[in-house]
Amino acid sequence: MTGFAQNTFNGLVSGAFYALLALGLAVIFGMLRVVNFAHGAFYMLGAFGAYVLLTEAGVPFWAALVIMPVGLGLLGMALERAVIHRLTKLDPLYNFLLTFGLTLILQDLVKLRYGVQSSPYATPSLLSGSVDFGLFDFPTYRVFILGFTVLLCVAVWWALTRTRIGMVVRAATERPDLTRAFGIDVGRWVTPVFGFGIGLAGLAGVLAAPMRAVNPLMGADLIIVVFAVVVIGGLGSIFGSVAAGFGIGLVQAWGESYLSNFPIVSQTIVFIVMAGVLLWRPAGLFGREEAPA
Amino acid sequence: MTSTVDTPADASRSTPPSGLLAVAQAPGWVRYALLAVGLAIAAWLPNGLYPAVAVDILCWALFAVAVDLLLGFTGLMSFGHAAFWGTSAYVTGLVAIHVGLPFPLAVLAGALAAAVLAVPIGYLAVKRTGIYFAMVTLAFAQMVYYVANEWRSVTQGENGLQGVPRELFGVDLTDDYFFYYAILPIVLLGLAAAWRIVHSPFGRVLVGIRDNPARARALGYPVHRYKLTAFVLSGFIAGLGGGLFAVGHRFVSLDVLHWTTSGKAVIVVVLGGIGTLWGGVLGAGIVVRLEDWLSFSGFEAIGLVTGGIFVLVVVLFRRGIWGSVAALAHRLAARRR
Repeated sequence: MTGFAQNTFNGLVSGAFYALLALGLAVIFGMLRVVNFAHGAFYMLGAFGAYVLLTEAGVPFWAALVIMPVGLGLLGMALERAVIHRLTKLDPLYNFLLTFGLTLILQDLVKLRYGVQSSPYATPSLLSGSVDFGLFDFPTYRVFILGFTVLLCVAVWWALTRTRIGMVVRAATERPDLTRAFGIDVGRWVTPVFGFGIGLAGLAGVLAAPMRAVNPLMGADLIIVVFAVVVIGGLGSIFGSVAAGFGIGLVQAWGESYLSNFPIVSQTIVFIVMAGVLLWRPAGLFGREEAPA
Repeated sequence: MTSTVDTPADASRSTPPSGLLAVAQAPGWVRYALLAVGLAIAAWLPNGLYPAVAVDILCWALFAVAVDLLLGFTGLMSFGHAAFWGTSAYVTGLVAIHVGLPFPLAVLAGALAAAVLAVPIGYLAVKRTGIYFAMVTLAFAQMVYYVANEWRSVTQGENGLQGVPRELFGVDLTDDYFFYYAILPIVLLGLAAAWRIVHSPFGRVLVGIRDNPARARALGYPVHRYKLTAFVLSGFIAGLGGGLFAVGHRFVSLDVLHWTTSGKAVIVVVLGGIGTLWGGVLGAGIVVRLEDWLSFSGFEAIGLVTGGIFVLVVVLFRRGIWGSVAALAHRLAARRR
């Protein structure tokens, strides 16, 4: 039973990363109709940025946790203004391709400067050790990630449902034409929302730095799993993306421990789930069916 | 996704018609002249480049044409075609090593395996369109990558399949120069098949589905089945390229299944020109040659260059090379009329 609790806990922690990344993808997609392939690269930049700040400027984790998301968010806004903006009237596939190209560029820029080796990042001293929950004890840092992510998701949920910006974002996500007809300038919110989504990816990266190997390719394979997560949850649904993120984290952790004799299954379980969801509900668990194409 | 957004093919379709149509409407002698020039270049290629690079260009040309068959003519952007290219590479390698068949038969086995794999993946993927289709194909391709990575007893994991033979009834083909001419007919056959598919009534229906799926359905065409058929045909052609690639390198590594390989195939098509078929061949020549030149010059960050090309083409040059030239030719012809 302790093994089960351990697996469940670890599943929720990796699910937290999926949820953060999928949430960013979902708000960006909602507002801009852009599936940001570069999301994984920005996650990597978040982790690398934290590493560089610490090793080259002595900036501690807590400061990096603020600096990197804000910095990357601003970078994302500049990027949106500079290039992504130009492609809004075209098929979303062009932005997918554009951000794919950006991924290759960002990865290689980091690779050129820092090589492909993984770099260690020390857990902040405040969060080292473990927390005793009576029956189980879990590493403090992971408990922190889980709590922090859940709080963040709740905060975003609150912002989306209770604030004016949130209402605009949701309305524009559902029916951009109608929202515009109400005299709301949807275009004004596009750039900040893109920056916000990128900032979330950067934040996930900083959180990952003490826990996962920091290297230029760390975002590359992760983003494909996150794509599977949003297909499962339904890309149009913000709630679906977050729920599917945590769910897939759990399924993956359970699969890895209980199906460890079948590595082919345990390694691909996310995609098996995705295949099942496509058969059962092609629009995703929480997505709505698109207009028949 | 509303129908007001342009499909990718619109870049080449909006004023005047697509590059392909511009060429198809050109006078007969122009088309034959272009074909003759193309064949002459194909016949000369290994004399002007390293033969090994020329072989890679042929393989990638097939891959690009396979991707364009879906992207340009069916309006489906597969971002997971490495699954078919790579599966065929592995199956071709395994058949050539363990069964010892002559390489064209091994490649055929590989391409058939790719087509078989394309059935379930395509069946699931065509349930979604547009950006979702791209994500779903990408995810399933990654699944195939993980399977190859874990199934070490068959694929040798990260070591890859070593020593894929180049056997053709006892004829020695280890020299890349001769190997190029041995595979040229197979590649030309594959390209001709793609051309035939696009210009058949079946291909016309695909274009009809691309332009207006609702209308195609209303006319009674089973849209999903057409898309699936196109997907499987495309998987087969990509598999032909992947099998030849495996024999050409006498080695199969996990790279053939990686998502960057899928992405590179799309880059090649977009650079050459979406929906132009021959643009993909041209794009293959340019990208493969460029990568070879970069790696010889000791430049580590090839992705920086290919990614940069990608960004520039998508932002400034969406018709691609072939599409732009065809549009220009069309405009000149229209002015003369």
